Order: sequence, then C-alpha cells, then structure tokens
Amino acid sequence: MSRDNVLHKIRTALGRGAGQAAPDPPAARIRIPLVSMDARVASMLERVRALAGEAVATDDARAFVAEAIAGKTALASNAPLLAECGITSLPGVRSGITDREELRELCAAVDVGITSADYALADTGTLVMLASPQEARMISLLPPAHIAVVPRERILTGLDELFSLLPNPAESTSSMVLITGPSRTADIEQILVRGVHGPGLLSVVVVV
Amino acid sequence: MGRRVSLFVTCMVDQLFPQVGMAMADVLERAGCQVDFPEDQTCCGQPAFNSGYRNEARTVARHFLNTFEASEAVVVPSGSCTAMIVHHFAELFHKEPETLARVHALEKRVWEFSTFLTQVAGVEDVGACLERVVTFHDGCHGLRELGVKDAPRRLLAHVRGLELREMTPAEECCGFGGTFAVKFSELSGAMARTKIDAIQRTGASTVVSADPSCLMQIQGALTRAGSDIGTLHLAEVLASR
Amino acid sequence: MSTEFAQKSHEALVDAKLQLAIYTATGRLKEKRSDVVSDSALPDYQELRTQANAIKKHTIDNLDHYLEEFERNVEGHGGKVVYCKDGTEVSDFVLSLAKERAAHLIVKSKSMTTEEVDLNERLEHHGMESVETDLGEYILQLAHQRPYHIVAPALHMTRYQVADLFERELHVPRETAIEKQTALARAVLRQKFLAADVGISGANFLVADSGAVVIVENEGNARLTTSAPKIHIAVAGIEKVIPRAQDLATFLKLLARSATGQLLSVYTSFLSGPRRAGEIDGPDEFYVVLLDNGRTRLLPDKNKRQSLYCIRCGACLNTCPVYRKIGGHSFPWVYSGPIGAILTPQFMGVQHEPALPFASSLCGACGEVCPVKIDIPKILLELRSDVKKSDAREGRNRLEKLGFRAFAWLMTHPRMFEMAGRIGRSMGWPTSTKGPLAAWLSERDLPPLPAHSFRELWSRR
Repeated sequence: MSRDNVLHKIRTALGRGAGQAAPDPPAARIRIPLVSMDARVASMLERVRALAGEAVATDDARAFVAEAIAGKTALASNAPLLAECGITSLPGVRSGITDREELRELCAAVDVGITSADYALADTGTLVMLASPQEARMISLLPPAHIAVVPRERILTGLDELFSLLPNPAESTSSMVLITGPSRTADIEQILVRGVHGPGLLSVVVVV
Repeated sequence: MGRRVSLFVTCMVDQLFPQVGMAMADVLERAGCQVDFPEDQTCCGQPAFNSGYRNEARTVARHFLNTFEASEAVVVPSGSCTAMIVHHFAELFHKEPETLARVHALEKRVWEFSTFLTQVAGVEDVGACLERVVTFHDGCHGLRELGVKDAPRRLLAHVRGLELREMTPAEECCGFGGTFAVKFSELSGAMARTKIDAIQRTGASTVVSADPSCLMQIQGALTRAGSDIGTLHLAEVLASR
Repeated sequence: MSTEFAQKSHEALVDAKLQLAIYTATGRLKEKRSDVVSDSALPDYQELRTQANAIKKHTIDNLDHYLEEFERNVEGHGGKVVYCKDGTEVSDFVLSLAKERAAHLIVKSKSMTTEEVDLNERLEHHGMESVETDLGEYILQLAHQRPYHIVAPALHMTRYQVADLFERELHVPRETAIEKQTALARAVLRQKFLAADVGISGANFLVADSGAVVIVENEGNARLTTSAPKIHIAVAGIEKVIPRAQDLATFLKLLARSATGQLLSVYTSFLSGPRRAGEIDGPDEFYVVLLDNGRTRLLPDKNKRQSLYCIRCGACLNTCPVYRKIGGHSFPWVYSGPIGAILTPQFMGVQHEPALPFASSLCGACGEVCPVKIDIPKILLELRSDVKKSDAREGRNRLEKLGFRAFAWLMTHPRMFEMAGRIGRSMGWPTSTKGPLAAWLSERDLPPLPAHSFRELWSRR
C-alpha cells in the first residue's frame, strides 16, 4: 500500500539512498557453555518441575505414558519416535491423523496431546517443536494436557546452542515454538492460574 | 597532602544549609586539604536546565566555568549538582567547540564530596564520632549518574558510635526532582511519604544523605508527618566529634 | 499543567485501593526481575544489554535495508508484506481482505500497535467481530477500557469488578473465584478461536534474515490466533525488525526476565509464512503489516531515535516511582510509564500533553533497567526543552520564561545573588497562598531560614 512512501520517509530521515548497502551488523553473540549430558538432563528435569510441569528420565517411555493417560483419551502426533517407543500402540491413543480439520476436532475433544520434541533447552526447561508433516501445531496446544517425549541427545544447553544449530529455522518450517512450562496467566489480581488457553498440564519424558 | 580544593557549596547550601558547607570545609581540612571559596560562585544552572530552559542554563554554566576554571579541584556537597556539571554541561555547548573543550577540561576536576574523600584524597576515616542510629538515603543523581553508593557507606563505617541501618526498599526516589516537587506537588508528596515509611521502619533517629535537596524534601515530609526523625548531611556527620 | 493529566493523576493518587494494587503488582514484577538479572542469576546481564543496544542501534540506523530484507524473505516463504502509513490503511487492508474471503470473525492476540490505531474499533465499525483473546485484554475489551500497563493490562481491576463485568456482558451467574473466571473466558474464547476466519497478532520481533515473526506470550492465545484460523495477519511497528534469528539468543534472554522475571515466557513462536507443503495445520495465508504511524518522525534526531529500540518489556513502568503512584490511565495515550512519556510527545507532538516530560523526578531508574539501554532521562530532558521552545513560539508560559531569565541574571551577578539572599532571609518565607511555596507547603514543611548564608559565615572564619 504505502511501501514507497514509508521507505522513502525512512531513507530521508536516515540520510540513506535507495539500495544503499548497510554496514555489517555487530557480530551475533553466541556463547555455548560446556555442560555434560548428565548435567543437561538433570537441569531439564529440575527446570520443568520448577514450572509445575512433570518431568522424568526413563528408558521406558511407553510405561510412563500408559500410566499418565490411564482412563483418558489421547491423540499422538505422527512422529516416528512415538511409534518406536510403542506409545502410538497404547490403548486410548489415536494417531496417524493428517487432515487439518479432523486433527483440530480431535484435539479439541481429547484429554491429552502426545508429541515428540525436536530439541530441549536444559537451562530453561524448554521444549523446541518444529511444525512438520510429523508434528502438527495443535496437538501441543488444544488438549488440556501435553506429554512431550524427547531423546536425551536432543537436549541442548540453551538458546545460544539452538540458534547455533538452527541459524535459520524458517528454512525448514513455518512454525518453531519454544514451550517453557504449562500455559499460565496472572492477569486478574496477579493471581497465577494455569491452563488458560494452552495446556495446563505438561509432562516431559526424556528418553535415556 | 596539602591538596588545594575549591568549594562549590551550591546555591541551596549557601542560602539554606550553610552549616553543610562549613562542615564540608572542616572535613576537607582535616583530610589535609587547603580549602578556598571562589566568591563569584552562585549555581550550576540545573533548575533552568531541568525546566527546559537551555539558553538560561548555558548562561549560568558559563559563569560557573569562569568562576572555577582556575581551581585544581572542585568539591561539591551534592550529587545532583555534580552530575549537572560533569554530565550535562557538555550537552549545553555542543555548538561551541572552544567552550566545550573548557568544559571537558573542568569536568575532570569536579567531584562529589564523598567520592573526593575516598577516591581522590584516599581517606575513609576522618576521625568523626557520633552516637546515633542512622539510615542513608541515596540521592538518585549521585547514585545513577555518578555511581555514588559505596563511598558514603565506607566513610560512615568509620564514624565511632554510629550504627547504619539500610532501608527497604532501597534506592527509591524521595520525590524532590527540582521543580517537579512544586509542579507535581501531590505526586511528589506521595513519593515522599513512601520514602518516610521506609525510613520509619528502620528505627533510625536520623536520615543521612549526600544531597541537600533530598534532605530538604525528606525533612519537610517527616516534620509534616509529626515525626521527630531528623536529617543530617553526610558532611555534618563526618564533621562531628 | 493541562487539567486532564492533573485530574487523572489526582484521581489515582487519592484512590487508596488503586494505590495498593499498582504498588503491589509493580513491586512484585520489579522484584522478580531483580532476582533473575542479578550477578549470580545472569552474570552476562550487562553484556547482553550492551549487545542488544548495539544491534538495535545498527538496525534502526539502517532500517530500510532490514525491512527490505525482511520483506524478501517473507515473500520467499509464501507470505506477503503490507506497508501501512497509518491506522486507516491497516483497517482498509484487513477489511478488504476480509471482504474478499467472506470473513466476519477475527480473533486477536495482544498487540499494543493495534491499540495505537484503535484497530478493533475500526473493524467493528465496519461490521466485523474482533475478539481480544489475551485474558487481560479480553476483560478490557468487555469493559471498554484501555490497558493499564504494557504487560499486565488489567492490573487495576479486582476479581469483583471482573465478576460484575462477566455477569453483565456474558450473561452468566456472578462468579468471583479467579480460577472459574479464567475457565469461563477460556471456554468462550476457545469457541472463537475455532470458528474464526482471521487471526490478527502483534509481533515482538521481525527477523530480517528469516522473514519470520516472533511472538512471546504465556497463555497460548497467540499460538491459537496464529494457528487456528486460515489467515494470519501480524501487525507490527517498523521498528520491530532485528537482523538475524541468532540475535534472538540475546533478545529473548532479556525480554522475559525484564518483563516478568521469568527465564523465558511460556510460548515463543517463530513463524514464517503460511504452512509449508506437508505440514498438517497452520494458516493458508500469512501477512505482515508494517506500520509507520509516525515512527518515521522519530528517526531524524539521532538521539531521540533510540526511543524506537523499545522491546515493550514494561520494566521501566515497574521501576518508575511516578508510574507506581499515578498508574497507566493517567497517561493520555496507549503507552504509559517512562516509555510512554517519551513516545507520546514524539508521536503526538509536544503540545498534546506538555506536562508529560515534566512529570518525572529524573531519578534515572528507568534507564537503569531498560534492557536495550534507552537513555530515557536524557530524552525527557530534550523533550522539556522542546516544550519550552514550542511554548515560546506560541507565546505560552511567558511569566515562567521571564522568571528563568531573571534566574539566569541573578546567578551571573553574584553580589546581587548575595543581596537577594540577605533580603529574603530577613523577610522570612513568604506565606502566600499561591505560587511555588504554597505548592511545597501543601505536602511538606519548609526548613527554617538560617541567620546567615554560607558565604557570610565563611568570610568570618
């Protein structure tokens, strides 16, 4: 609409010409600390729990999830990891949905959404999820509970390491979401309430 | 030592709190300085500058330059006035390169009182003695523009008989802010009352500060509230024997 | 001082309940921030601020370059960038797109930029239903009020006021339990999310090298707004752009810590374009509206330009002793607190609310906590000078100007200064019921006048 108008005003104000190159920006600040895998796992569990999420490190993700969803309905993403762990074959778990409308209806109806995570960030207890044919956005968003299964090797030290590995997430996905704890608000009288729009219950299963 | 030091007492101390200037002179002499008082001094121009009247501030700043240029060191019993001189004078003269050069040369020789004692004179114990429970109020300009935080406390730590209690919350504005205090008097008063609440909670009998304008605001609010807590400038405490 | 600012701030100052609410809420946020940026919690804090400031400075100084790079990358991922010079163009764009797509229901996540241009009002005037989905903003929309605080919009309201509001507007039985109020809003808004044709969001950052929009939130409403409807429109000020995704490692560490004392907000979304081939959900269409609305007016002055570095964390509000007493609604525009005090005169002109740059004791706490190191006090001082220059041009406040001329004269004539002091001391404080002394005396006592000035004592020494 007003592209030329706005850009022209900017250039005039800055004393720059159209197409004028810009000097290089200050170097990006990326500092990756050296943290052992064991320490990362421990930090991840501690941080998630500090945010009132549930967190476990286990070699039997299936057993944990089975107990967590007992008596409940669940929808799992199409991540190969979930099938490998035997989660998609659990009773009460649906998966393999690829239609957007069907997915949304199910997400709005089930008790639990089960997903994998591409990465985790140990220093903040964060899950990193990239949208893909295997991972839809809604599964970690609409149901009131979210269980995320992540292999321990995927636990990074923090944001610096993430953006060092993925300097341009837009190349692979339309949506990368960093999830740090259950949904919350303190908008009314600064009193904390969980599960406002996103899931109020979050469980992180680190597969060791 | 025999360091030569000129006093810039500030217009407020000159006219309203002369005992602060006298105390500062005493303490500096005790610290081995040779003290003089350039008689042409008046004001740093901050009231005009803060009110948006830069031309008028510039006029007053020029007078300050002329008065103090020959001094080896200038010591000021006020964080806000010192900050005006060492940070804001330069903003007034960016169109006058020659004057600006003179400002930059003088800036390096102008010191807030507690900073001068600890950093330049290298003195922390001035032989003072005062049996009192006090709390210290950090004037905002001194604190945030000049980094005045430790220096007064180190000096107070050597005052025999003195007990210092910190207030909570700390580092909050007393609400003076120059003409702010009268332009927004209700707001300024509300800020002062929050400050004196914190003061009263310490149980101290005296508030000490390195800024006379803060002391005027705080004492005014204390008296109005019927409190018998008093105020003393840091110089007055350090001059006590 | 304009009567509106005086009136509103007075109302806030005499409202004891409001005073307690503002002070407590901001105090909590202030303390939480302090805990997570301490030397032990974040040893790199000062370095990160310096880096953030340097990146913002570089970007703003070369803004056109980065906007064009951003635009290219958005389009490369199948999205579209729309430049709008003002609010009318924003609503024209949204309305024409809505018409083409036969859209009626819009869900909105929090965006101060859209509040700036009253987007909801414009859309509703043209028959669209545009629903705020952030809990605080939803409450305010129902109450027809403006946000009280950048990060805690409904800070000034109690659960009882919310109960009354929901009862009246949603026709439900009165409910004062906060958890139940939240659950009710969740249920109502969920229906909206799932039925909406268009989702309008703001953006915390626009990433030039990725063509991505970054949105930071705690509730999940922004994720739903940007993922459920088939069309996503992100509205952002032109100043939100940063050069690289890697710069987020700096900015994200500062934003949540400065705003709420969290290490990271619950959800950080990095969105670039409509859903890709194979992705199961996400919007089919993706637009980024780049809004000027006067930002280009802040660019020419190299010093004031830094006002555009703001990442809207609200730390300056939480630490400002003035904001903590007069609250958000005393401010005339959508932005309040110290950042509001410098943005408003620059966007609206200094005479819009000439009191604003003066309503500060210049304590400097704001500049100290600003994650991008905006020198707010310095800009306030410049704006004060701008107000006085404008006053002089318009012939306002002549008496005050005369007063300061007299001040400058007196302070450059030391003997006259001495004499004036001597006369004043002998007369005692004037007890006039008007003027600066009356204003002083309305709140506190005056010190007793000394018998002699310092220079008199010194000459006798």
